[in-house]
Amino acid sequence: MNRAMESDTLVIGGGVVGMSVAYGLARAGERVQLLDEGDDAYRAARGNFGLVWVQGKGLGQPDYTRWTLQAAAAWPEFAAELTQRTGVDLELAQPGGMTMCLDDAELSERGALLERLRDQLDAEYPFAVLGSAEVRRLIPETGPAVAGAVMSPLDGHVSPLRLLRSLVQAFHSLGGQLCAGTRIEAVEHQGGQFVVRAAGRSFAAGKIVLAAGLGNRVLAPLVGLRAPVEPSRGQILVTERVRPFLRYPTLYVRQTGEGVLQIGDSKEDVGLDDGTTLVQLSKIAARAARCFPLLDGVNIVRTWGALRVMSPDGFPIYQASSECPGAFVVTCHSGITLAPQHAGPLAGWIRGGLEPAPIRNFKAERFDVQKN
Amino acid sequence: MSTVSMTHDLIVIGAGPAGMAAAASAAALGLKTVLLDEQARMGGQIYRNVQACDPKVAALLGPDYTHGTTLTDAVNRTRLEVRTGALIWDVAPDLTVTGLQDRQAFQIRAPQIIAATGAMERPSPVPGWTLPGVLNAGAAQIALKSGGVVPQGRIVLAGAGPLLLLVACQLLDAGADVVGVVETSPGHNRVRALRHLPAALAAWPYLAKGLRMMMRLRKSGILWFAQAQALEIQGADCAQALVFQAGGRTQRVDADCVLLHHGVIPNTQLSRLLRVDHRWDDRQLAWQVVTDTFGQTSRPGLRVAGDGAAIGGALAAEASGALAALGAAHQLGRLTDDDFATRARPLHRSLARHLAIRPFLDELYRPPTWIVQPADATIVCRCEEVTAGRVREMARLGCVGPNQTKFFSRCGMGPCQGRICGSTVTQVLAAELDKSPNEVGAYRIRAPLKPIPLGALSALAVPASAHGPSAPHCAPPNVEKE
Amino acid sequence: MFRKIDGLAARPAVSLFFEDRSILAQEGDTIAIALMNAGARAFRETPLSGAARGPLCLMGVCFDCLVEVDGTPNVQACMVAVRDGMRVRLQHGARRFEGGT
Repeated sequence: MNRAMESDTLVIGGGVVGMSVAYGLARAGERVQLLDEGDDAYRAARGNFGLVWVQGKGLGQPDYTRWTLQAAAAWPEFAAELTQRTGVDLELAQPGGMTMCLDDAELSERGALLERLRDQLDAEYPFAVLGSAEVRRLIPETGPAVAGAVMSPLDGHVSPLRLLRSLVQAFHSLGGQLCAGTRIEAVEHQGGQFVVRAAGRSFAAGKIVLAAGLGNRVLAPLVGLRAPVEPSRGQILVTERVRPFLRYPTLYVRQTGEGVLQIGDSKEDVGLDDGTTLVQLSKIAARAARCFPLLDGVNIVRTWGALRVMSPDGFPIYQASSECPGAFVVTCHSGITLAPQHAGPLAGWIRGGLEPAPIRNFKAERFDVQKN
Repeated sequence: MSTVSMTHDLIVIGAGPAGMAAAASAAALGLKTVLLDEQARMGGQIYRNVQACDPKVAALLGPDYTHGTTLTDAVNRTRLEVRTGALIWDVAPDLTVTGLQDRQAFQIRAPQIIAATGAMERPSPVPGWTLPGVLNAGAAQIALKSGGVVPQGRIVLAGAGPLLLLVACQLLDAGADVVGVVETSPGHNRVRALRHLPAALAAWPYLAKGLRMMMRLRKSGILWFAQAQALEIQGADCAQALVFQAGGRTQRVDADCVLLHHGVIPNTQLSRLLRVDHRWDDRQLAWQVVTDTFGQTSRPGLRVAGDGAAIGGALAAEASGALAALGAAHQLGRLTDDDFATRARPLHRSLARHLAIRPFLDELYRPPTWIVQPADATIVCRCEEVTAGRVREMARLGCVGPNQTKFFSRCGMGPCQGRICGSTVTQVLAAELDKSPNEVGAYRIRAPLKPIPLGALSALAVPASAHGPSAPHCAPPNVEKE
Repeated sequence: MFRKIDGLAARPAVSLFFEDRSILAQEGDTIAIALMNAGARAFRETPLSGAARGPLCLMGVCFDCLVEVDGTPNVQACMVAVRDGMRVRLQHGARRFEGGT
């Protein structure tokens, strides 16, 4: 066995959550090592739709709404910084986003949801409920089946692919070490250090951050934490390149910088099965065709089934271990939207700084309370 | 969408020699069989258009080609449903087959499927290979078979393999202006191939044919270069010349059409979709499907026959298809164990006979490293215009396989769905990461097997649930994907 | 790019349009063969770089032979047989919607 490799922090998981945290730590001057699994691992980041989305988030949990609002506001600077470091254009656009509704009931239900969110937040929370004529003015290709849309000017989208790639490049350029194809075998806490055995090697660091998505469930107890996350499958259709026509990202259809249309989505409890099914794909296709009839003839080139990471209430778990000081679990569903927060305030907290106010409730103990 | 009930005993996908032999055998054994192919006619590529080929072209192509009519006749004689122009774009885990024919969706299902989707030409990524006027040698043969046409102007062929020589001969016979053949097999291939010569001698008709072709080409007076390296196709808007290293110096052959060929490799899209076991073969430098001698894969119900499992050639494919049909019939209880064994014996002998030449041919024509691991500036993903250098860069960034590489570089995300770039990407990554291709793996393949219009998918949705209270879009309000 | 070899049996003629030019083909020809017979080497420009591309494989694998057929973009020319009156156009980059940007 090789001599243990030393660093300030070990980050477990090379998806968008792990890479954002690792980048933030490296940016702050830490020596960071990141361990990531193999090519065929379940990777939520690869199945990511790419929305930077505010509307609809945080019902019953205004802190999450706040956390999301901060993230959306921080995105432009975050993207510019990554572009500056790596030359990668993240294709961030925040023109506002829409949730298309196919009947009046859906439209008023959605509008009411956002009103509740605004009320519970008791702060500025911009949105508009648009009728079909207004939607069509903004997106002429909207189909007659669309009754209207709820729009938030704060919503946008980014390329998950370019984001992850630029995070990896930036991490490398800051001296970060990425060990790919490495599966954790054991984690030990000895003498104020965390020692991880993986792929026949040994890694040691003063701090460890578990950002392994679904893998956190098994890893968290090893450092005195809990991460009761379950897989939730989302299926996505991806089309051929099309000349740009869809300026605004919508909840289920967005057009990427390459001109490709991404169409989603489903939420299925199927365990660790990332396969695609015609049942869901056809439903997704049918809904997209109702929103934008011109998509009917567009060719679907690829489909995705990605396992997203779901906590019991859908909100993140950000927790420091009291049993093993220096160990953290970081898990969430919205790794893209929250990326700037993970690289910024969250990494700062991990380094020993102040815990960001909005995340104080996101501990695993809350699930015990819910059970009673 | 409820489960599709069984419509047939056996579904055969692909109407080349393996598929036709499988379907005809199965039907003769009393199985309710359907034979599907995306092309307009049966025949696959090797027997492309054999039922309707012009007599003069057929005579030119000879008995090896016209032999295909014995298979098409056999199919037509049986009570076997044949659906051509049928694109199969999904095979589900429960083996439901979904297709598109005349713009109409259809779904069928059977307890046994034989995938006989055949081979494709190995890509030959060299600088300039994306220029108009550069085609695979097999493409020229397809054009001759199906359209009775040959490339205009000067033709140069480059690469390695029996098909290269065959196409050169056929084009000459058809009156085309073949100016040269540039062989790329490295010298050490011959040394390695000699080891297998004794076995190959048992299949002497193949060897004799090869020698005849070589002699024909030498006597024709065309330019001939051996052990060529560093192929490059030059031209402004289209191919105008082939430049390469041979005989210790730079050579240039002016041409209007460049035909490339480095052997054929199994088309594994369907077998990958169903996630059956594959193995990388280092001699053929290609993925093969792991099967038993009746085509049975690691997934019950799915058999793969012919070149789609491993390259063996057209006559081996016939035996392989017939064996797969036997296996299916036996599995379905339509054959006694004795009958099964009796029928299998001559087919296994035939298969062995036709495979005897393979080790020799595979070694002799094993592609050079610079073809399967191209130089940095060479495009490997034609659809997304991604170079080999970019793929290597992704490996250095931490990508350990083709799927991460695809995600980071878009390599493999175009309409060909990784068919052209897949094998090259696996080999480039393997070399860069110092791992075996088996460890590196291949692209994850999902439906649709070929691009289909969104409308073809939405047509399968059950109308009532396209939008309703239990529809997938009604997410819990506080949780959304992005 | 291609030419018919001499002395073949005649098949019924098919008349179609390629870039508004009337061309003749034979029944059973694929669009790819018909276009190559009419002298075309390049069928499209790629969406990414605008590079000219023509067929590579003629068997439906490479997707480089994409053309627009009767208004439908990105059709594999090697997989479709010619029909009288068919209107074929070069595929210029990514698919475009009528009246779109």
